[in-house]
Amino acid sequence: MSIKTEKSTPTPGFDPVRRKFLSAVAAAAGVALAPGVMLYGITKSNSAAARVSGSAVSSNVRWGMLIDLNRCDSGCDDCVTACSKENGLQGHGRPATDAQWIRKVDVTNPQTGASQSLPMMCQHCADPPCVDVCPTGASFKRADGIVLVNKHTCIGCRYCMMACPYKARSFIHESLEDQKPHAPRGKGTVESCTLCVHRVDAGGQPACVEACSDTGGGAMLFGDLKDPDSEISQRVAKYATQQIRADLGLDPGVRYRNL
Amino acid sequence: MKRIIYSEIKGRSPQFYALAAILLVFVLTALASAFYMEHSGHYVTGMNNQVVWGMPHVFAIFLIVAASGALNVASIGTVFGKTIYKPLGRLSGLLAIALLLGGLVVLVLDLGRPDRLIVAMTNYNLKSIFTWNIFLYVGFMVIVAAYLWLQMERRMNRFAKSAGMLAFLWRLILTTGTGSIFGFLVAREAYDSAIMAPLFIAMSFSFGLAVYILVLLAACRGSERDIGDKVVNKLGRLLGIFAALVLYFTAIQHLTNLYAAEHIGVEKFILLDGGIYTLLFWVGQVIVGGIIPMVLVFRASGDVSRNAILASTLVIIGGFAQVYVIVIGGQAYPLELFPGMEVSSSFNDGVIASYAPSLPEIGLGLGGVALTGLITLFGMKLLRFLPASLANATIDPHHSVTAKSS
Ligand code: SF4
Ligand code: SF4
Repeated sequence: MSIKTEKSTPTPGFDPVRRKFLSAVAAAAGVALAPGVMLYGITKSNSAAARVSGSAVSSNVRWGMLIDLNRCDSGCDDCVTACSKENGLQGHGRPATDAQWIRKVDVTNPQTGASQSLPMMCQHCADPPCVDVCPTGASFKRADGIVLVNKHTCIGCRYCMMACPYKARSFIHESLEDQKPHAPRGKGTVESCTLCVHRVDAGGQPACVEACSDTGGGAMLFGDLKDPDSEISQRVAKYATQQIRADLGLDPGVRYRNL
Repeated sequence: MKRIIYSEIKGRSPQFYALAAILLVFVLTALASAFYMEHSGHYVTGMNNQVVWGMPHVFAIFLIVAASGALNVASIGTVFGKTIYKPLGRLSGLLAIALLLGGLVVLVLDLGRPDRLIVAMTNYNLKSIFTWNIFLYVGFMVIVAAYLWLQMERRMNRFAKSAGMLAFLWRLILTTGTGSIFGFLVAREAYDSAIMAPLFIAMSFSFGLAVYILVLLAACRGSERDIGDKVVNKLGRLLGIFAALVLYFTAIQHLTNLYAAEHIGVEKFILLDGGIYTLLFWVGQVIVGGIIPMVLVFRASGDVSRNAILASTLVIIGGFAQVYVIVIGGQAYPLELFPGMEVSSSFNDGVIASYAPSLPEIGLGLGGVALTGLITLFGMKLLRFLPASLANATIDPHHSVTAKSS
């Protein structure tokens, strides 16, 4: 379905000032584009609804994840399945161009032969290079640390994909059907794991984490890294944890244990 | 030195119209290709989630890099005061604008959402080097256009030198900006190096001059103007020096990378066992695009123009190979998520990505080249870009004297 720019609502979770600014710009762009130019296929319903009901995004929070590799089995991909279902990602049987927000990576030490398996997704970097390079500001980081793409301003230049060290982003290579109202997507734009922002803003946790504890190994823990009393903070304080490619200094919000 | 007389090309011959028609067909093909890619989605191209920038970027980057280099001829004339280059300046400005437009159109049409160009024009992220490049490109066109106008409008001639100086500085920054698009990608082993900016400047000198020589010779022949060996020889030798410069910076690029342990993998890939990329590097860039042109302009005997044409063509071919290796080869090599470990996944982690350019991508790229050609062609028809004669005697007052005494 098509919607006009000036009516469009930003992706969930803008802070108010930014939202105001962007909608002003979007309105201006809408006027400039009118008449007849439609920006297509993005939302079905008011995608900001979740945020309106929640409290403002606060920088006192930093959402993150801790993944315990000892509990993550190589054969299990419940997190991946849950993500696809939650966000309506269905493949076209073309693995090279199909979107993958989360994937299982097997890591083997060539010297010892020891092997581990881990889920890999957008690491929600504190210093995200994808945001730095994005020419239009479509890639942005919320105050609570969640990195998102604004589907209305992404021009599909793919520079963020070049810049992301974790290969966390996918470009939408073909038309989409059956989109989920809470996870707007659009052909010709780039997307990645949203940390299930719609659930988080409603007080829940990401679908992958839920699936992992329900049917998987219970390897994933979601929480607020800034709250010293949260379980994730306490575990991060207690045990040795790793960030992948910590040498790049991006401070990912996804931490791994027993890597 | 005599006053230089410039004139329009007539552009009434059947050949002129035939050429224009061919170029137009290419431009239309490019538009159709872009529409097809946009309509079906990029899965119809060779690009994928591993190689996100494909053939259109190779063309676009080549054209944009060449654009700033094409302006060098004008700069040498105005900024460095070399008289023999003065009559060549106007064409160099025209070509610079035409190349830049050709490249930018390809770049825009390859976007996932080219229809959102207006968004790109109204929303800036000033931290992005990409944004800066947009400003640099627009500024470049404005400055070069102003410079051309100041040159053509006799009353304004006295300002031309300052404008030329500004254009020269601007072009250096512009190419630095283009090179930095790659240099800033910390995660990509192939690109993460400060040498990218000077390397791109050297490339621009070389590619831009090669394109310039070809266009100049073709335009002079097509419009039956004299062009003496003296000019051609000068330009040819300059091209040889620039080609050497590119080789020099390429050597530094790879040598410094070999010193950094984390870059060894990608270096081995490009230089030794990268298949098509290794081939394109050694045969395409180094031999065809570097060594042979140098031999042609410095050592070969025979027809000067013929050698210059051949050398320029080879530099352009080698240049494409070089940009291809940088853009595609750099992406084909997998990201190192866990240095020293072996990785595998459903998302092609740890494997060399495959990429084969599709027809629409090539069609789009060639359309950019054709657009450059059309702009240049009609530019020369509408305005006085080309000197009426570049014969040895016209460009160099001492020529006949020295000729007699020798
Ligand atoms: S993991 Fe990649 S996409 Fe996610 S925030 Fe970091 S750089 Fe951006
Ligand atoms: S593809 Fe979209 S989100 Fe990524 S850098 Fe370009 S405009 Fe920004």
